[in-house]
Amino acid sequence: MITFMNNSDSEEEPCNERTSLMSAESPPVPSYQDGLQASEAGEAQAHRRRAGGGCNPNNPAGGERSDSGVPVRESTSDNEEEELTLKYGAKHVIMLFVPVTLCMIVVVATIKSVRFYTEKNGQLIYTPFSEDTPSVGQRLLNSVLNTLIMISVIVLMTVFLVLLYKYRCYKFIHGWLILSSLMLLFLFTYIYLGEVLKTYNVAMDYPTLFLVIWNFGAVGMICIHWKGPLQLQQAYLIMISALMALVFIKYLPEWSAWVILGAISIYDLMAVLCPKGPLRMLVETAQERNEPIFPALIYSSAMIWTVGMAKPDTASRGPRQQRWDAAEDGRRNHRSPSHADSQPSETSPGPARPITSVEELEEEERGVKLGLGDFIFYSVLVGKAAATASGDWNTTLACFVAILIGLCLTLLLLAVFKKALPALPISITFGLVFYFSTDNLVRPFMDTLASHQLYI
Amino acid sequence: VPLFPRAFFWLVSLLLASLIWFISVHLSDREDARLQYGLLIFGAAVSVLLQEAFRFAYFKLLKKADEGLALISEDGRSPISLRQMAYVSGLSFGIISGVFSVINILADSIGPGVVGIHGDSPYYFITSAFLTMALVLLHTFWGVIFFDACERRRYWRLGLVVATHLLTSGLTFLNPWYEASLVPIFIITFLMGLWAFITAGGSFRNILKCLSCK
Repeated sequence: MITFMNNSDSEEEPCNERTSLMSAESPPVPSYQDGLQASEAGEAQAHRRRAGGGCNPNNPAGGERSDSGVPVRESTSDNEEEELTLKYGAKHVIMLFVPVTLCMIVVVATIKSVRFYTEKNGQLIYTPFSEDTPSVGQRLLNSVLNTLIMISVIVLMTVFLVLLYKYRCYKFIHGWLILSSLMLLFLFTYIYLGEVLKTYNVAMDYPTLFLVIWNFGAVGMICIHWKGPLQLQQAYLIMISALMALVFIKYLPEWSAWVILGAISIYDLMAVLCPKGPLRMLVETAQERNEPIFPALIYSSAMIWTVGMAKPDTASRGPRQQRWDAAEDGRRNHRSPSHADSQPSETSPGPARPITSVEELEEEERGVKLGLGDFIFYSVLVGKAAATASGDWNTTLACFVAILIGLCLTLLLLAVFKKALPALPISITFGLVFYFSTDNLVRPFMDTLASHQLYI
Repeated sequence: VPLFPRAFFWLVSLLLASLIWFISVHLSDREDARLQYGLLIFGAAVSVLLQEAFRFAYFKLLKKADEGLALISEDGRSPISLRQMAYVSGLSFGIISGVFSVINILADSIGPGVVGIHGDSPYYFITSAFLTMALVLLHTFWGVIFFDACERRRYWRLGLVVATHLLTSGLTFLNPWYEASLVPIFIITFLMGLWAFITAGGSFRNILKCLSCK
């Protein structure tokens, strides 16, 4: 997990953001969660969808919890549940494909057109070893050392974040997150806009520029940290992921980038699945407290329940939560009209029904949540492939398909296992394998074929 | 929309074929041009065969998934018909294959340059475009015919699909003699289209009905 470091230095020390993949769950079915990746700056990225009123739904312990809290619907049709899960699964896959694709398209388009992001102008402070050494062994060693430093920074940040969350230093986390998104939204956008204007040789005066950036940044802050239309929030999250990925692509040296990608996926796997992993602890702590976590660093594919999102005000949400628990079944039914026949199986108390209808209007649809860090690293992979591969578009396309297939598989596993899963490992593995093999094997083959105009 | 798993299978088949070609090139004499050309033909043939093999593997996978879906669905039938899956599978195969063939050419066509300045044909771009279109259509048709043949276990149709694929790929070896390669390929495309249409259940009467409904 990378955390946001609020360094006021130059862009050589950007904030890193990483979030994990979380899925929104529907309480009746044990939560559908995707892996939780390090939350960045303190905020519990796991914006868990507790929105459901904090129904203690989801999450790894969700299975047991929902049994105790909500009348069990699993007793009725396992088949219906499975089919519902699969239906949701297919829909969620599509809901996640679009933003990931958009983010990658933005990154690749920028890499291909704006020269700034492929020039080497120094390195991050987290990767101090240079790769300009003549010998291969030395270069490899340097990249491994860079990776170790980066990963340890990330681990430290994650642990720090978990500790902060555990000891309820919410103000600190909140402030940290606000500062980091401020920096992303204003500083990086300014640089990005400047470079794009330079590339296309468009003249712009400072007042206009400041107006544009001020509006963009202010609306972004409001949308991400407070309330806003869902699509706008999604668009902003995609944009800041793309900006972050561009920064990584620019400032990470070549071999270090590949080794870091590999190491991050291993770390992600461990952090989410090991019992003492920081991310898992974060998820469980948040679940225990039934609190919504700070929203800013998770991409949610469904409507955000905006009530009570900004403050972890458990007291005010207490009574709501109970009603939500009871109304859970009602909500679920509401969402799946094809399963009206499962309605009689719901044993939610009668009086809860009238409340249900009101609550349902506010509730967001269950969706899948993917951490922003996943977006960032997927885009880094594809962007690096676009920037450095000599096979150009073929390699980029192959990596793109590989990442999407990995995402598909991860979501499938999510539907099967119903707990928080890391989103990075499978996709990044496929992406790396395809990148190296396409660049070295497929490219000469296709080039030779194309030069003779042969089609296979 | 199961478009991406298909593209993935095609990529894997391409990967394996290039691996084989790469190994064979490295094991052989680099200087001999005729040998290299022969190896290229061999590589292309292997790639075609692998593509068809992966199409078959994908068919098996879809059958299993279809059966699974049918088991758990309410009325015992799967939500997607096999015909639709065949069409989507063929289409995605065609799209990824076409995109891989043509995107570098497209990217190059933006940049400054003159086509055919070294004595090659000046019609390179337009013929590439037509060939790619034919290829995408062909893959779609082959997908439909292939799945139907596997479903009904008429393996001679399978063999015919593979043979036409090999034939098409072989015809492209006749480039830049475009009359000999483009025209037969389009004839094959048209015939395959008719065959796929009939296989999918269409007929002359259907066309008339469809046109008259409008």
